[in-house]
Amino acid sequence: MTELSYAAIRRHKTRIKAALAGGVSLVLCLMFVLFSQATNNNQTRSNTLAIGGPWEFTSLEPSKQGYIYTRMSILETLLNVDAKGDLIAGLARSWQSSADEKTWTLTLQPNVLFQDGSPLNASAVVSALRFAQDKHGALQKAPIEAIRVKNPQQVEIVLSQPHTVLPALLAHYSTAILAPSAYDQEGKVTRLIGTGAYLLDTFEPPHKLSVKANPTYWGIKPSIEFAQYLTGHRAESRILQAKSGDADIVYSLNAAMLDQLKGSDQVTVHSAAIPRTLLLKLNAAHPFMNQVEARQALSLAINRPAIAEQVLHVAEAASDQIFSPSMGAWYLDQPQENHNLAKAAELLAGLGWQKDAQGWLVRDGQRFQLTLTTYADRPELTTVATALQDQWKRLGVELKVDVTNSSMIPSGHADNTLEVALIARNLGVIADPVSLIANEYTHGGGDWGAMNWHNPAVDQALERLTTQSDPEQAKRDAQLVASAIYQQKPVLSIAYYQQHNAVNARVKGFQFDPFLRDYFINKMELVDHVDAH
Amino acid sequence: MWTLIKHRIFQLILVVWGVGTLTFVLMRSLPGDMAYRIAASRYGQDSVDSAAAELVRQELGLDASWWQSYAQWLTDLVQFNLGKSLVSGLPVIETVQHQLGHSVLLAFTSVLLASLIAIFVGVLSAFRQGTLDHGFLWLSTLLRSMPVFVIGLMLILIFSVAWPILPVAGFGTWQHLVLPTLALALSLAAVSNRVVRNNTLRIIRAPFYQFAAIKGLSTRQTFVQHGIRNISVPVIAFIGIQLVTVIEGIVMIESLFSWPGIGHGLAHAIFARDIPVIQGCALMMGILFVLLNTCVDLLCHWIDPRGAHA
Repeated sequence: MTELSYAAIRRHKTRIKAALAGGVSLVLCLMFVLFSQATNNNQTRSNTLAIGGPWEFTSLEPSKQGYIYTRMSILETLLNVDAKGDLIAGLARSWQSSADEKTWTLTLQPNVLFQDGSPLNASAVVSALRFAQDKHGALQKAPIEAIRVKNPQQVEIVLSQPHTVLPALLAHYSTAILAPSAYDQEGKVTRLIGTGAYLLDTFEPPHKLSVKANPTYWGIKPSIEFAQYLTGHRAESRILQAKSGDADIVYSLNAAMLDQLKGSDQVTVHSAAIPRTLLLKLNAAHPFMNQVEARQALSLAINRPAIAEQVLHVAEAASDQIFSPSMGAWYLDQPQENHNLAKAAELLAGLGWQKDAQGWLVRDGQRFQLTLTTYADRPELTTVATALQDQWKRLGVELKVDVTNSSMIPSGHADNTLEVALIARNLGVIADPVSLIANEYTHGGGDWGAMNWHNPAVDQALERLTTQSDPEQAKRDAQLVASAIYQQKPVLSIAYYQQHNAVNARVKGFQFDPFLRDYFINKMELVDHVDAH
Repeated sequence: MWTLIKHRIFQLILVVWGVGTLTFVLMRSLPGDMAYRIAASRYGQDSVDSAAAELVRQELGLDASWWQSYAQWLTDLVQFNLGKSLVSGLPVIETVQHQLGHSVLLAFTSVLLASLIAIFVGVLSAFRQGTLDHGFLWLSTLLRSMPVFVIGLMLILIFSVAWPILPVAGFGTWQHLVLPTLALALSLAAVSNRVVRNNTLRIIRAPFYQFAAIKGLSTRQTFVQHGIRNISVPVIAFIGIQLVTVIEGIVMIESLFSWPGIGHGLAHAIFARDIPVIQGCALMMGILFVLLNTCVDLLCHWIDPRGAHA
């Protein structure tokens, strides 16, 4: 008689149990490794300021995402910018040019230490600036011949020709000053060692970084021990982070969602204008847009207040000029152009355009058809593009919308394939807009500005603005440039941007930098007795 | 079994070569200038211009012919070198390890939770035909018809805003894992519970099962001795497929919860034309696909050795 054996079944069951136990152990080990890497036990809600924003970071290089590190007060620049756009002292307490305006001398703040304990001196600054000069960034826009040590506390920058914008370039994040030990032999940044009020604590690209107070900071000593930045890709996540109290400050909220924060006694919304303009870049050599009247007609057909109110949810944001009132001499103090479809049609009729049976404008057998290129990085752009499609359709212009990567705009500019581009241009990338305007509106235009648009008077004015420092002449030239752009319409402005930020009640001393260079964490305090939870 | 493992190792080599080559060809075939795309990702939308693109072109040697680039990639691959990210400059293996670790963790916990829910609900539905089964059918249909993103948002509104016990987004603590896991698990269980239910019904109506009951075994004994193993094979195969699709397709959940996973990383790399990262991610996913399928096959083989002879 065959004896019944359960040994095989037992072995089989043991194997299954071992496999299951192995799987569970693997998951637990993975959780342990990931959580032990990421958790900083010293950070608690009461000593940590939680910041949320949409910006990712992938590199330690200031030339790439340096704005995150200056905002989080890790890195500092030689000069700073105040809320009005005026330059103020940073790591350099003073700066002055020679009589011929070709040599700039910067005097450094005394007794400043890097976060590794080494002193900030002219040699360290020169080294950092030379590394910055070799990389993409603001310094490449200046005709620099030499950067050298004048004495331990003074740095000299020698130019091949006068360049009035140089001090503004030294306030750009790409020129942030890092300690000599931050670089490897090839000049790559391997450690983030600056002079800021906070030093880098944890770095988990592309989503999270945390900083802790720098006890040797030379300026206003921070009162908050830790600060953490978390990238929130989705506008929905960011507003819920603010609403739940998960984040103390959330930058760049979607205007359409702000109603969700109404009635909250824990969260206040701070809205502020920033020097970013929503505009249409036109190819002025395109056969349909190579006459001023055609571009004017397209401008008149845009209902800006409707876009500002219905899409951007800020009625007062509508604008027909690219420079906002905060940009001083560049702003044209004049009434806004009204939406006028009849006048637009009349201008186009004058150029030979007639409507066909379907309502499209036709000339010499060709339909008035354009392709608008835009990108999805900013969600409002695609909505504005479709609004424009509808508004220009009423004029008889057929607009195809191509949503792609932002790089297709400079690329299309370079190979001359671009027709119309809808962009959100930050005119405050560099505190003094002269450099940016000169790059984008002279000699036919630039990547993010005019395209195939030539105006010798503008070229000359911007040349003077770049090389001469007479304030009265500068004002006249700025007005000349702004007027020419407004009248000849190489670009069509639609609206200014407003940034909406949510601030929790436990944060005291919140300040907003419209140039988005600094979060001023060292000037804030956390009030413990107020708790969102 | 060894034949199966040998076959899978051969498949793995083919997958590594095939996925890498296909990714390379597809990325090279996309319209637009790579240098501009990479520059936009490196320096940000406000700072991308022709000068930045030229700098990138020079630095990365983007003017090299496609076959030179391909040969270089293949040589590196043979040496187990995935290269460096064109955007961040970091080694691809570091990026992929970081992202894949988070994705695998999220996928495993979600599938584990989804399986527990699915098995409980599916078996209950099969044994309690009628109102309960119909109720679960409605609930499953409702959850399945909702994008996982919406389920995630609803969970945030309940557990982070209305009843603030869990964080909205982020990573680094176990609490951060709960909501994304639950959102994914609910979405997955909405389908898998019906698979469990249908297989359970099929088995409990089978003649061998009914015979086991008739010969005198209790309901519990019948189910444990003759039900579980027979139900398990198709269910495990289905869960294996779900696990792979979860790792690949959790971009929305990762974005919503700021979870640094590979789905989100891959989407960004594609926008940036960061070919080494895309190849690295695709390779890892391909390898994972083969490994998981092998594990599922081995598990099914253990449970039902008849499959090997079929």
